[in-house]
Amino acid sequence: MANAQTANGGTSVLTRWMNNRNLMGMLFMLPAGTILLIFLTYPLALGVWLGMTDVKVGRPGVFVGLENFAWLMEDSVFLLSVFNTFLYTIVASIIKFGLGLWLAIILNNNIPIKAFIRAIVLLPFIVPTVLSALAFWWIYDSQDSVLSWILIEMGVIDKTIDFLGDPNNARASVIAANIWRGIPFVAITLLAGLQTIPRTLYEAATIDGANEWQRFTRITFPLLTPIIAVVMTFSVLFTFTDFQLIWVMTRGGPINATHLMATLSYQRGIVGGALGEGAAIAVAMIPFLLAAILFSYFGLQNRKWQRGGRDD
Amino acid sequence: MTDKRKARAVYDDEGMNYLQTIPRKVVVVYIPLAIFMFVLLFPFYFMGVVSFKSHAELLNYRGLQAFWIYEPTMEHIKHLLFETEYPRWLWNTMLVTVSSTFLSIFCAVCAAYAIERLRFKGSKYVGMSIFLAYLVPPSILFIPLAVMVFKLGVFDSNWALILTYPTILIPFCTWLLMGYFRSIPYELEECALVDGANRFQILTKIVLPLAVPGLISAGIFAFTLSWNEFIYALTFISSAENKTVPVAMITELITFDQYNWGGLMAGALIGSLPVAILYSFFVEHYVSSMTGAVKE
Repeated sequence: MANAQTANGGTSVLTRWMNNRNLMGMLFMLPAGTILLIFLTYPLALGVWLGMTDVKVGRPGVFVGLENFAWLMEDSVFLLSVFNTFLYTIVASIIKFGLGLWLAIILNNNIPIKAFIRAIVLLPFIVPTVLSALAFWWIYDSQDSVLSWILIEMGVIDKTIDFLGDPNNARASVIAANIWRGIPFVAITLLAGLQTIPRTLYEAATIDGANEWQRFTRITFPLLTPIIAVVMTFSVLFTFTDFQLIWVMTRGGPINATHLMATLSYQRGIVGGALGEGAAIAVAMIPFLLAAILFSYFGLQNRKWQRGGRDD
Repeated sequence: MTDKRKARAVYDDEGMNYLQTIPRKVVVVYIPLAIFMFVLLFPFYFMGVVSFKSHAELLNYRGLQAFWIYEPTMEHIKHLLFETEYPRWLWNTMLVTVSSTFLSIFCAVCAAYAIERLRFKGSKYVGMSIFLAYLVPPSILFIPLAVMVFKLGVFDSNWALILTYPTILIPFCTWLLMGYFRSIPYELEECALVDGANRFQILTKIVLPLAVPGLISAGIFAFTLSWNEFIYALTFISSAENKTVPVAMITELITFDQYNWGGLMAGALIGSLPVAILYSFFVEHYVSSMTGAVKE
């Protein structure tokens, strides 16, 4: 008996360690924790620090405090990019939400080959954005645009539209491309939400004489709000920080009309080499992102019961 | 479970459908749906059409010419595969994507198990911060990361991307896997503990086999995300032979004197194929990962 215990002495320490939740937790968290701390948390802090220096590529900078931000506040291009970002985010998100919800409601009907249609609807979301942006670039081309040609053949217009050359046209065009890319995500996630709503509610409401619009506003919409809150937060977040679509189609042009904060940050920081200034522009996005996240957090917290879920 | 769900579905399918007349359904459902499908597929259609059109035909739009290929040609694809570095870019993308996906899945499995099952002190807060990490967009990190990547000496190499992509992938995968692990009964683990299994054995022999659908979901989603990644690859890679497909398409294939639309579209088409094929096999997993992450 005693012998057995001593023989097992070495392993029993190990076993005790193995059963220590905190120790094992630390061990299991190690790979993810290391990568995230080194390549996510640290750069986040480094970004804020860089935003307060005048580092350039190949030249160490000095601390300049909030000077970058003060400069940016008077920089008309930066202010234009903030305006563009808001315009892009607000218009695109609202339309994405409207069309996405509509598509979700359509898909929630009984349709033949539903699974196949749903798979196709998601395509714009999974195909690399850069590559579909290239297709849009061709569709919007000033001379070879297929859209212009179709409209000319139909007799709607008589000369080609300069989609990406005119500031307002360019804004509308990139927003349209962003909406195209974003609808599937909104529609499919909202569809998942729609499917959790019990049909009996609709039946009961119908018996009580509710029409379709009333069923939508009194049943569908309230029960869907928690998912809408999350989906729209994600959508706003990704639209606000969008880079790919703009960079491929316009590079911020014409005359900075489509520069978003992310593209301006790249333009100044990497292309122009002013790392400090670029970082400052990126940091300026953080308050808005925090606002979106807080919105989602509270949107979620209050309404968990609506899905019939328990607050756990 | 499945039978029950099926039975319910049948019952639900009956539902209130008899209230909808066929002409009404055509107007309310089928026509809008057809328009949606048309718009959503429009760019892909042209991606395909342009890839196989000859240069001469591309410039000719009369009538319905734009919609159809009259003299299909493989010249764009041939040019792309044999006269540019496209295969090399595909290989780079594949290498970076597969490595970062596996690295992320490994990290995410460990982290999700620790947070969800070991429930160590503070695991709740760690779980919360993982979710917050998911919300940090690459567009605010690329400048400081570029500085770090340069200092670490991995600038302009595949390593720069393999090490940084997991920051996008791990939070998402962990969040998703936490949901899957939560659905596995504790009793199974307790039985294994009583039988003398240690934590590693429990994870590899009990939890993981049961979480295979979750692993697939997380895996293909991570694969797509890193295949599509653009801003890090654009910033951290400078020489043509190390570029990934999306970046190389933009920086190497576009020559501004004369747009080679056929070549560009062919490149876009081939570059989309790997994710599209993967996606077509795992649509259900894909949808569940997308909606799962939002529903939590």
